[in-house]
Amino acid sequence: MAALRVLVGVKRVIDFAVKVRVAPGGGGVQTQGVKHALNPFCEIALEEAVRLKEAGLAKEVIAASLGTKSSQETLRTALAVGADRAVLAEVGEGVATGPLEVATALAALVGRLQPQLVLLGKQAIDDDCNQTGQLLAAMLDWPQSRGMTGYIPPDGCEAPGLEGGPVHTGRLPVLTGPQGTFASRVELEDGAVRVQREVDGGLETLRLRLPAVLTADLRLNEPRYATLPNIMKAKKKPMEVIPAADLGVSGGSPRLKVLQVQEPPARAGGEKVENVETLVEKLRQSGRI
Amino acid sequence: MAAAAGAWLRGCAKLRRHMPAHLAPWRVCPRVFRSSKSELRPNLASDGLVCAPLQMFTEEEAMLKDMVAKFAQERVAPFVQKMDENAKMEDSIVQGLFEQGLMSIELGEEYGGTGASFFSIILAVEELAKVDPAVSLVCELQNTLTNKLFTTYGTEEQKRTYLPRVSKDTLGSFCLSEAGSGSDAFSLKTRAEKKGDYYIINGSKMWISLAEDAGVFFVMANTDPSLGYRGITCFIVDRNTEGLHVGKKEDKLGIRACSTCPVTFDNVKVPESSILGQVGQGYKYAIGMLNTGRIGIAAQMLGLAQGCFDRTVPYTKERVQFGKSIFDFQGMQHQIAQVATQLEAARLLTYNAARLAEAGRPAIKEASMAKFFTAEVATLTTSKCIEWMGGVGFTRNYPIEKYYRDCKIGTIYEGTSNIQLSTIAKFLAQEY
Repeated sequence: MAALRVLVGVKRVIDFAVKVRVAPGGGGVQTQGVKHALNPFCEIALEEAVRLKEAGLAKEVIAASLGTKSSQETLRTALAVGADRAVLAEVGEGVATGPLEVATALAALVGRLQPQLVLLGKQAIDDDCNQTGQLLAAMLDWPQSRGMTGYIPPDGCEAPGLEGGPVHTGRLPVLTGPQGTFASRVELEDGAVRVQREVDGGLETLRLRLPAVLTADLRLNEPRYATLPNIMKAKKKPMEVIPAADLGVSGGSPRLKVLQVQEPPARAGGEKVENVETLVEKLRQSGRI
Repeated sequence: MAAAAGAWLRGCAKLRRHMPAHLAPWRVCPRVFRSSKSELRPNLASDGLVCAPLQMFTEEEAMLKDMVAKFAQERVAPFVQKMDENAKMEDSIVQGLFEQGLMSIELGEEYGGTGASFFSIILAVEELAKVDPAVSLVCELQNTLTNKLFTTYGTEEQKRTYLPRVSKDTLGSFCLSEAGSGSDAFSLKTRAEKKGDYYIINGSKMWISLAEDAGVFFVMANTDPSLGYRGITCFIVDRNTEGLHVGKKEDKLGIRACSTCPVTFDNVKVPESSILGQVGQGYKYAIGMLNTGRIGIAAQMLGLAQGCFDRTVPYTKERVQFGKSIFDFQGMQHQIAQVATQLEAARLLTYNAARLAEAGRPAIKEASMAKFFTAEVATLTTSKCIEWMGGVGFTRNYPIEKYYRDCKIGTIYEGTSNIQLSTIAKFLAQEY
C-alpha cells in the first residue's frame, strides 16, 4: 500500500477550561488575553494522522490552519504532537472567517499539496458549526460528498449509477451521500478507507475510495501529550505562511454575521411545596400551565 | 537664625572627618556612600539578553507549560488523595514523568535529554506543584540535583554510565543530612576509609528524599575527619551495593507521597572511580547544587500556593451568605487581593532568580530570597485559603488542607528559612 500524504486541519479556539464571558456590546465573546488552545476535535484528528504515520501507512502529515498570526502557536503545538510541517493561511486581525472560508482555503491547499486523505475535527468548540468537513468534500467532489462518486459498493452488489438516487442492493443499503463524518474508527485499505461512523441509529461502517475527507468524533482516539523532546524538535520543522487571499479567501463581506451573544439567564432557585395541590397552584400562578 | 544655623552647618562640615557617617547632617553634602551594590553599576542588557517582562516565555517554554499542566491535570490529579493517604507514589506517574521527558529537561540530547532551558525546569516544577507538590518534588530533585551533579562534576565515563539511566527510568537520591547534622551539614559523621583503590563507607543518613525508590545515591562522606569539612567527598553508590540499607520511611505531615527514609551504610565498598569530582571537594558541590535547588524549591512552593489559591477563589465566588457571595464582601476582597499580591511577588522573585541562573549570572542572594519568600507566601496562602473555605476547607474531602500540610516543609528542607536569611545577610554585609 502506498504511503499517504495526510492533511490535517486545525483551529485555534478558546481553551475549553476557560470561563467564557460575553464581550462588552454583546457582539461576541471576550478573546483578548484569554487562553487559547488547539480545538479538541482537531487534536483527535491530528492524533489519528500521527498514528497512521507511526504505523507506516502515511508518509507525511501536514497541519494546516486558517487564522491570524497567533494561529502559529497552535500550529507549533501540532508540530510538537507529530506533524511534519505546517501551513498557515493568514488573515488579518478582525477578519471574519467561517466554515466556508476555511473550506475554501483548505480546498486550495489540497490543490497545492495533493494529499490523499484530509482529516478534520467534526466541529470547533467555539462555533459548533460542524460544516467545514462537509463543505470541503463538496468543493473537492470527494467521498463525503453528496454524489455517488467514489463509493465502492460491497461485494456482490451492483455499482450504483451516476445518475444518483438510491439503489437497493443485496446487503448494505446504498445511501445518497456516503459521508466520512463523525468517524469513530478509521482503517486504511488499499486505495480506500474503512470508516466507522457514529450516527443517530448506532454505528455505521462505510468504505470510501481515496482521496477522501474524514471528520473525527470524540471516541476516535485519545490524543497524546506532546513530549518534551518533540516540543524541542517542533521549532526546527518548517512552517509556511501564505496570505489567505492567495488561496481564494476573500476578506470581503462574510456570509455569516453574529448579531448577538448573551449569557443564559441566571439560574433562579427552586422551591419546595407541601403537596400536589400547592404544586398545581404554583404552576398555574407562574403561567406554566 | 538662619545665618547662625548656616554657620553651624559650615562648622560641622569642617568637622566632617570626625563625625560618624550616620550622624552627618543631611544638608551638609550629599555623600555618595561607598557601596558595592550592583544597583549602582548599571545592569545593561547586552546582546542576547532581552528586557522583557518576567512572565514572558519562549515558545518552547510556553508549550512545555501547557503540556505539563495537561499532564498534571489528567495523569496526576486523580491519584493525589490516594497517594497522600497511603503515603505511596503511584508508579504510573513516575513512569509518565520519564516518558514525557520531564526528568531530563536540561540534559543534552546525547544523554537522552532534551536540551531545554533551566527555566523550563522551573515551569514544569511549578505546574506539577499546582496539582501535587510531592510529584513536583520528584521532578525537581531529579532535574536540579541528580542531573546537575552528574553534568557539572561527572567524568565522561560517569556521565555515559549514569545519565542515560537517570533520564530513562532511574531516580537519584542525595544523601547529606544525618541525625546529628542538618543545617550544620558539614559536621557529618559518615566516614569513608581509603583502602587501596577502593573506599569503605560507614555511617547513617537521615531525612533522605526519594530513598525508597531511588536507583542511585550520592553519598557525602568524610574521607579525612582531621581536615574537617575539607575531607567531605561525594560518592556515587548504586542501590544494590552490599551494605546499603534503606530504612523504613518516615510518617510525615505533608508531601507524604514522596518517601523520606533513613539510609545506613554498613561497610559499603565502592571503587575509587565512583567518586564524583575530587576528593575533599564534596562540600563545595553540596553548596553549589543547593543553590539551584533553592530556586527549584521556590518554584514548588510557588506552584503549591498558586494551586491552592486557584481552587479557593472560585469557591468564594460561589458560596453565598447573607444574600451575596462571600467574595463580594470587601473584607474578603482585601484579604484575597493581599494574598494575590504576595503570590505575584513570590513568582517574580522566583522567575528572576531562575533567569539569572540561566544567564550564568550570580544569583545566590536572589535564590535564597526566592526560597525564603515563597515558603512564607505558601504558608500564608494555604492558611488563608482554609479560612476562606470555612468548614469545607478543614475537611479532608477537599484538597485545600493537603496544601496546608504540604507547605510547611518549604521552610525546612534544602536550607531552613533561618539559613536563607543568614545567607542573604551575608551578601548584604558584603554590599555595604
